[in-house]
Amino acid sequence: MKTILDIHHLKKNYQTEKEEIHALKDISFSVNEGDFVSIVGPSGCGKSTILSILSGLEKQSDGNYSILNHKKIAYMLQEDSLLPFRTVLDNCLFGLELEHQLTEENKQYVSYLLDTYGLHDFINQYPNHLSGGMRQRVALIRTLATHPDILLLDEAMSALDYQTRLSIGEDLYQIIKQEKKTAILVTHDIGEAISMSDYVIVLSHRPSVVKKVYSIQLKEKRSPILNRSDPHFSKYFNQIWEDLNENI
Amino acid sequence: MKTYSTEHQAYLNKLRKERIWVFLFQFFIALLFFGIWEWLGQNHLINTFLYSYPSKMMKMISSLLFSQHLLHHIGITLFELIISFFISFCLGMFISIMLWLFPFCSKVIDPYLTILNSLPKVALGPLIIIWCGANTTSIIFMSLLISIFICIINTYQGFSSVPTHYIIMAKSFGANKWQIFRKIVLPSNIHPIISTMKVVLSMNLIGVIMGELLVSKKGLGYLIMYGSQVFNLDLVISCIFILCLISYLLYLLINKIK
Repeated sequence: MKTILDIHHLKKNYQTEKEEIHALKDISFSVNEGDFVSIVGPSGCGKSTILSILSGLEKQSDGNYSILNHKKIAYMLQEDSLLPFRTVLDNCLFGLELEHQLTEENKQYVSYLLDTYGLHDFINQYPNHLSGGMRQRVALIRTLATHPDILLLDEAMSALDYQTRLSIGEDLYQIIKQEKKTAILVTHDIGEAISMSDYVIVLSHRPSVVKKVYSIQLKEKRSPILNRSDPHFSKYFNQIWEDLNENI
Repeated sequence: MKTYSTEHQAYLNKLRKERIWVFLFQFFIALLFFGIWEWLGQNHLINTFLYSYPSKMMKMISSLLFSQHLLHHIGITLFELIISFFISFCLGMFISIMLWLFPFCSKVIDPYLTILNSLPKVALGPLIIIWCGANTTSIIFMSLLISIFICIINTYQGFSSVPTHYIIMAKSFGANKWQIFRKIVLPSNIHPIISTMKVVLSMNLIGVIMGELLVSKKGLGYLIMYGSQVFNLDLVISCIFILCLISYLLYLLINKIK
């Protein structure tokens, strides 16, 4: 399998008037094409910072990263950021519009995605008529519409209630696998990370370094929900839980 | 024809009923006010020379319509109002868009805006008349000064209160600042902009009347000034009544745009 993303000694300091905050000390890891990778760590350890840097919204203080053959990266936040004055369809086209890629072909791809992921009947509705889970799916389609190769998911499901989160996690996973995307998920939910990922990267406290990388070997590779009942699930869970609590 | 469930029908009826009651009460308040005023005036319980009363006022308005070119004066006031509203709204919007696009400018200009906004612009009246002359330009300039700062401050505040996650989302798709403004910030601010339009319009009306009082050549402000100087208080009160009507009609007009 090809390495799609390589991160070397990434370092990030934030400057405020009062102090300098050392968020990332030395982060190195690589991601293979088609992998689902999760990053977990104590709160405030700078997990999201890694994604901000990869998406180009922030600049690293030191270190670098390389992306295979200019593969395209897309970034999704915890907030679905659906524009309330646009219909579901227009929200889905928003990314394409910003990138000046509103071609007939792309529009068809969007309506294919909407049909496939059960939003066909809602295309002319406004986001306030949708449930949290549906909104998150619309946000995902908006992102997928621009044909990214790597999806950066920043606590993408954290704003949802637990039940919706499980089912959206399942949907998200299926969509990402079907569309053959590479994904990096930042989450504070250990269970979510284990159930969805091929690899789980555990970060230390701030200034953070990569503490451990787990290769998750569960029997069911098809469904995060089924993975949760795998006998090895709790083994991974306990190990990561200990890793996170060690240096409190 | 659409059919409704009885529950929905009951809800609609309730809404309609409430609307009718609100209107009745509004009407009743006006009726009460004018009724008592008329009654006090007719029975000479108030000094009608000083306080006038509605039927006397109506007589004055109808005679003004023919003799003193009332419509001409109303037209002039409206003209000045519309011109100054147009200029102050467009200019104010333009400046606040610039401030949003260039945050450095907004930081630089911030204390000046606050000072200029809190300055009682009426105090500048005599200066403006000396600079621009006792003419329409002065009146429009006065009105512009009174309304523009509040226009800039309100719209800019609306622009900057768009939640950052929308902006981050757009940036993640590589949007530039102008795209973010046009596709997110502006459309999210339609309602605040309309409320700002209302505020600006009422400020403009204040400015125009203020200017006409000072310049004293034509317009409703002039009629008020003239009326007070010759002690024709019926005229003054009639003009004020017409002003009330004008501002109410303009308010309705802006609501229609909404």
